[in-house]
Amino acid sequence: MLTVDIKKKLSNFNLNISFTIPNKTLVLFGPSGCGKTTILRCIAGLLKPDEGTIVSNETIFYSSKTATDLPARTRNVSYMFQDFALFPHMNVKHNIWYGVKTHNQQANELYEKLIILLKIEHLPHRTIKDLSGGEKQRIAMVRALMAEPKILLLDEPLSALDSQSRYELQDELKHLQTIWNIPFILVTHSPEEAQALGDKVVFIDQGQQVAEPPPSWNINIYGKKIRRFFL
Amino acid sequence: MVQVKSMIEWQPVILSIKVASISVIFVFLFGVLAAYVMKMVDIPGKAVLESLFTLPLVLPPVVIGFLLLFLVGKRGPVGILLTKYFDMQIIFTQSAAVLAGTVVSFPLMYQSIKTAFEGIDKALEDASRTLGANEWRVFWTVTMPLSWSGLVSGLVLSFARTLGEFGATIMVAGNILGKTQTIPLAIYFATESNDLVTAGMYVVIISVITFSIIFGLNYWKGKKVLV
Repeated sequence: MLTVDIKKKLSNFNLNISFTIPNKTLVLFGPSGCGKTTILRCIAGLLKPDEGTIVSNETIFYSSKTATDLPARTRNVSYMFQDFALFPHMNVKHNIWYGVKTHNQQANELYEKLIILLKIEHLPHRTIKDLSGGEKQRIAMVRALMAEPKILLLDEPLSALDSQSRYELQDELKHLQTIWNIPFILVTHSPEEAQALGDKVVFIDQGQQVAEPPPSWNINIYGKKIRRFFL
Repeated sequence: MVQVKSMIEWQPVILSIKVASISVIFVFLFGVLAAYVMKMVDIPGKAVLESLFTLPLVLPPVVIGFLLLFLVGKRGPVGILLTKYFDMQIIFTQSAAVLAGTVVSFPLMYQSIKTAFEGIDKALEDASRTLGANEWRVFWTVTMPLSWSGLVSGLVLSFARTLGEFGATIMVAGNILGKTQTIPLAIYFATESNDLVTAGMYVVIISVITFSIIFGLNYWKGKKVLV
C-alpha cells in the first residue's frame, strides 16, 4: 500500500496530489507537462516535495512534519525511465544485475525466471546500443525487478515502441503486476494505455487532481476515448 | 659522425617528462574533485570559484609564477609554514616546477572533466540511485566510466601544457641545470647563448613529443567514433 499526499511549487503551476494505491496498477493520466513525472520522481526520492507525506506500508519515505526524507537508494522503489536509462558502458547482464544487493542462489533463480518470462534469454552478453526499443524496454523491466522493489514506477514505458511491441508489453506488464503483487504506478498520456493497464486512473491537469477528465481531453472517467456529436 | 647523444644534455628532456608526469597526477586528482564538487554542490559564490579555476588559463604564465613566488617563496605564507613545520623550501626545486606545471594546466583538466560530467545523461545517474547505489558507487560505476573520453583528453592536454611551460617555471623553479632546467628553459638559455644548434635540437625533440601525444589522442578518439 502506497499513500502519497504532496504539494510542490513548479515553474508554471502548483502540484497538489493525494492518492492511495494498494498492490494494483495506478495510472497517472494527463497531458505532457502536467506534473506526472514530478510525482514519480518525488516517490522515488529523486525530487523533494515542498510539503506532505509519502508512506509505503509503514515506512515513511517523506514527511515535511517530521523532516523525514529517505534517500532514493533506501526506498526500494524501482524506476523505469521513459528512455530506459540503460547503462551504455555495461552489457545486458551487468545492467540487469546492477541493483542486486546479494548475489546468491535466490538471485540467480530470479534472474533465470525473469529473462525467460520477458524473452531476453538470448541477450545477456549483447551491448546496449545494438538493441531494439522493445528489447531495451524488457531489459529495463528485468533490471527494475531484479532489485526486488516494493514499488515499481513506470514513466511512459511504452511510448518509444512500435504498436506491435506496445501491445505485447502491455500484456506482459499486466501479467508481471499480478505475479509481483506490488503497487505499479504508471504515467501515460495515452488513453488507450490508461484503459488497458490501469486498475485505477488518477487524472491530473496542471498539477491538480481532477475527478473527471476535462471535456477537451475527449476521454471518459475510465480513460476511454469518447466521440462528441455536434447537434 | 657527430653523435646526437653528445650534442645535447638529455637531462632537460628527462626532467620535463618527469615534471609533466607528476603534475598530471595532481592535476587529475584536483581536477576531478573540483569538477565533481561544482556538479553536485549548490553553494553561494559558485561563479567566483568557477572563475578562479579558469583563471590560470588566461593569466600570463609569468604572472602565475609571480603569484606562486609570493605564496611559496621564503617570505611567503606557505614558504614560512614549510620552513617552520617541515624545515624545507620548495622554491628553486623540482617540486616548484611540478607546482608551476600543475597550476597552469589545471584549467585544461578541469574544463575537460566538467564538460564530460555535464554530458552525462542525468537519468543514468538517477537510475543508479534508484537501484540502491550510494553517491560513491554512482560516481565510480556511472559518472567516471562515462566521462572517460573527457578525462583522457584532459590528461593529455595537461601533460602537453606542462611540458611546454616556461614563464611560471622560471619564476619559481629557476634555471638550474640537472635540477630545474626543463626543455623550454634549455631552449631559451641556449638561444640567449647563441647556441642555436642546441636550441634547435630541443625544439625538435619537444615538438616531436607534443605532436605524438596530440596525434595519438586524436587517433584514439577517431577510432572510438568509428567503432
